[in-house]
Amino acid sequence: MAKKFLSGNEAFAYGVRLARPQVISAYPITPQTIVVEKLSEFVEDGSLNAEFIHVESEHSALSCAIGASSVGARAFTATSSQGLLYMAECLPYAAGGRFPIVMMNANRSTALPWNIYGDQRDSISQLDSGWIQAYAGNAQEALDLALMSFYIAEHSEVSTPFMANLDGFVLTHTYEIVDVPTQEQADAFLPGYETENKLDLQNPRNLAFSAGPDTNTFFKYKEHLGILNASEIIDKAEERFAEIFGRRYSGLTESYQTEDAEYILITLGSISGLVREAVDKLRAEGKRVGLLRLRYLRPFPNEEIANAVKNANALAVLEKDISFGNEGTAYTNVNSALQKAGIELPTSNYIGGLGGKNR
Amino acid sequence: MAINAKTISETELFYGHKACAGCGGSLAVRIALKVLGENAVAVLPAGCMSAVGFNFPQLCFGNNAIISTFAGTASMLTGVEAGLRAQGITDFHAVGFAGDGGTADIGLQALSGAIDRNDDILYICYDNEAYMNTGIQKSSLTPFGARTTTTPAGKNIRGNLRPKKNLFEIVAAHGIPYAATASVGYLNDFMRKVEKAKQIKGTKYIHILAPCPTGWGVKTDETVEIAKEVVDCGLWYLAEYENGDFTLNHRPKEFSDVSAYLRRQSRFKHLTDVDIEIITRSRDKKWEFINQNFK
Repeated sequence: MAKKFLSGNEAFAYGVRLARPQVISAYPITPQTIVVEKLSEFVEDGSLNAEFIHVESEHSALSCAIGASSVGARAFTATSSQGLLYMAECLPYAAGGRFPIVMMNANRSTALPWNIYGDQRDSISQLDSGWIQAYAGNAQEALDLALMSFYIAEHSEVSTPFMANLDGFVLTHTYEIVDVPTQEQADAFLPGYETENKLDLQNPRNLAFSAGPDTNTFFKYKEHLGILNASEIIDKAEERFAEIFGRRYSGLTESYQTEDAEYILITLGSISGLVREAVDKLRAEGKRVGLLRLRYLRPFPNEEIANAVKNANALAVLEKDISFGNEGTAYTNVNSALQKAGIELPTSNYIGGLGGKNR
Repeated sequence: MAINAKTISETELFYGHKACAGCGGSLAVRIALKVLGENAVAVLPAGCMSAVGFNFPQLCFGNNAIISTFAGTASMLTGVEAGLRAQGITDFHAVGFAGDGGTADIGLQALSGAIDRNDDILYICYDNEAYMNTGIQKSSLTPFGARTTTTPAGKNIRGNLRPKKNLFEIVAAHGIPYAATASVGYLNDFMRKVEKAKQIKGTKYIHILAPCPTGWGVKTDETVEIAKEVVDCGLWYLAEYENGDFTLNHRPKEFSDVSAYLRRQSRFKHLTDVDIEIITRSRDKKWEFINQNFK
């Protein structure tokens, strides 16, 4: 373990290096660039033994990663905003093919109007694409998530691609002290990728086929079960992670002062650091408030939310996205969790931080 | 040993599919896989060959094969090749089979990227001169004058107004290690080219004209004959690009009748003598270029 002063992007790149991907295909876009620049340096200096493919678009970045994953190689890519939208065709393709690619997405506003700063409308627009979606809160979590994402995605009961989201600039470009584990520790945590779902010269297969009306639902249901299984495998990964690295994470959500809270604010991403300070301030004034951070949007933490808020008087969801014509998408999902659990609670939705607005 | 009709492998790798009778594309894929052998790892985009060959549970490739996104033939091939190589596997041939639209239109960016990186892949374009799988719509490889469902031949416009995109030379302009044109009418030439491509490191591109009886409006037993005739009348040519040089592989002693080639296909039925004169002139101009620049 070595302490380094790293930005979120750099921390993620260190995490990816520790995971030993075999193929990296990427196309540059602000604010993702530093992660692929860093990985290029690692390949150049020999500290990462991977094929780095300089693709000509984001569509090709993910298509190439799918090709690599389809022959059983560990594949990584990274993108942001317009790039994520440009590769959008390949997202459900990777998920439907059960190719456990890991992708870092630097959350950024989507045009129009053009804006390079952070909000979460890019990734949330792809919520139904079949990918696991995690949202890091800080640079340490970004590194740890990079390492854990491969374990979770590639687990035989999951076989689902993984999108790790880092808030553009606020997290990708902000420096923190980060613990970088040793390669030996990382190797002890993460085994090599083994799968039967691959093109294999010893046992030839036809993959990514057509399935008509009679069989289509079967494949889609299997896909749904895979991503649902991720909840349990995330816990397992975090347990294993804690044993080896001594840092413990809390599954699909993270609670702060929610146990006796009358009012709970639910949010996601790096803004939760700010909310945590607000909670401390309000607690000092004698107000019983708490924070529930959604670490994952898919699989969605229905039970975790219900358990955290069941004794509260009211909750609010603060998010950096909007489903135009309706409301914030996290808010819709949170209300669904309450309804399924039979919890009746006043809820409200605050949408902010669009296009990087931070005050 | 040269591969020809006598020596070609008896092993079938693409069979049991539901391609239309007389399909030129399926012939090109079948023959190429016989030459490449069972260690071919094939990538096929959305299009005719994937539509007829990958219907679960009826999967028609005896070798490893996967469907890519429509635009993603070359980029997925890149990933397949890199992924296998990264695992220390080297005894394979990564081969793509994409149609004219999948290559010259939506897949051109990815193809250009792969050639630019000189990825060790073979890309075969089976050119049936329109989007046949979706019902005969114009692509950029549809020739001048052809009627398609999106270039109808009526009183005001007589079919496709634009000439066929010169993809062979566009590909060659990248400085690719090997590129060739071919026709399912001259299979020995095609087999030789696949065999040659198999030995070359880096990106290889073969553009094979593969008639579609359904879309061209010829009888299903005329595929090979019409694929010969298009070469014999000079509207297509058999050539190679290697080490910076173009080589012509087959020079018809004298061209057969262009109008006979066109008039036997219902997609050209509406052409006037003036249209045919335009097509003949453009052929002659092309051959002037070939005579000056090809060995």
